Amino acid sequence: MNIETRQLKHVTVVTVVGRVDSATAPELEKKLHDLIEADSSQLILDLKDTEYMSSAGLRVLVSSLKLAKKKGGDLRLAQISTRVHEVLDLAGLTPVFHIHPDVVEAVGSF
Amino acid sequence: MMVREERHLTVPGRFESLARISEFVIAAARSAGLDADDVFHVEMAVDEACSNVIEHAYEDRQGEIELTCSTAEPGNLEIVILDHGRPFDPTSVPQPAFIDPSQIDVMQEGGLGLYFMRKLMDDVHFEFVPNQGNKLTMLKRRHLAQ
Repeated sequence: MNIETRQLKHVTVVTVVGRVDSATAPELEKKLHDLIEADSSQLILDLKDTEYMSSAGLRVLVSSLKLAKKKGGDLRLAQISTRVHEVLDLAGLTPVFHIHPDVVEAVGSF
Repeated sequence: MMVREERHLTVPGRFESLARISEFVIAAARSAGLDADDVFHVEMAVDEACSNVIEHAYEDRQGEIELTCSTAEPGNLEIVILDHGRPFDPTSVPQPAFIDPSQIDVMQEGGLGLYFMRKLMDDVHFEFVPNQGNKLTMLKRRHLAQ
């Protein structure tokens, strides 16, 4: 898994490449929680190249969403792959997140 | 006539082994003739199962995970996952709580792995074998064309 971040206006875009499983989820959780604690609580997760996400990854998404909301922000998802969408649906989590087809629209939604 | 195929993999019970486990089951599922959706479901169920083993059965000890994939019947893939860790009682895992988006603050985050395994596979069976350990058997049947 590789994580890249960039700033677009007041929004931090986090691009996650590769597999988010129990081995890599803690690294993603630390990155997202560190950003939120450092006052970047308006976050977009760009999941275009996230080839796999297990329940460990979903737990990170949910815990980061909770923390971002607590700080007055939000965690929104962009460009999610068919597989990640399927996993979100299976967990009943799709209604919990704002999901956008591309990053530009997701940035504009804040 | 389809030749019965059996594949084995033994890896250390650590999270670092998960990517290798996935490669192994993907290859076995493709070889069994499962379609891309079913291959993904098998990958996910096995990843969740092995994550549970590492997190719970091997929480306080080290050991190996032994996987066997076999085409028990033509087009069906049976996966047996054996560990030598603490006995696992699937009835002790709470059902995941489903979610009212407005109640995100009180949402529980556990129990999803086992739920996924049961949703994604056609059969999931746990047993504890004395002197061996936890034995999980999962079956994926190839879907027939409608």
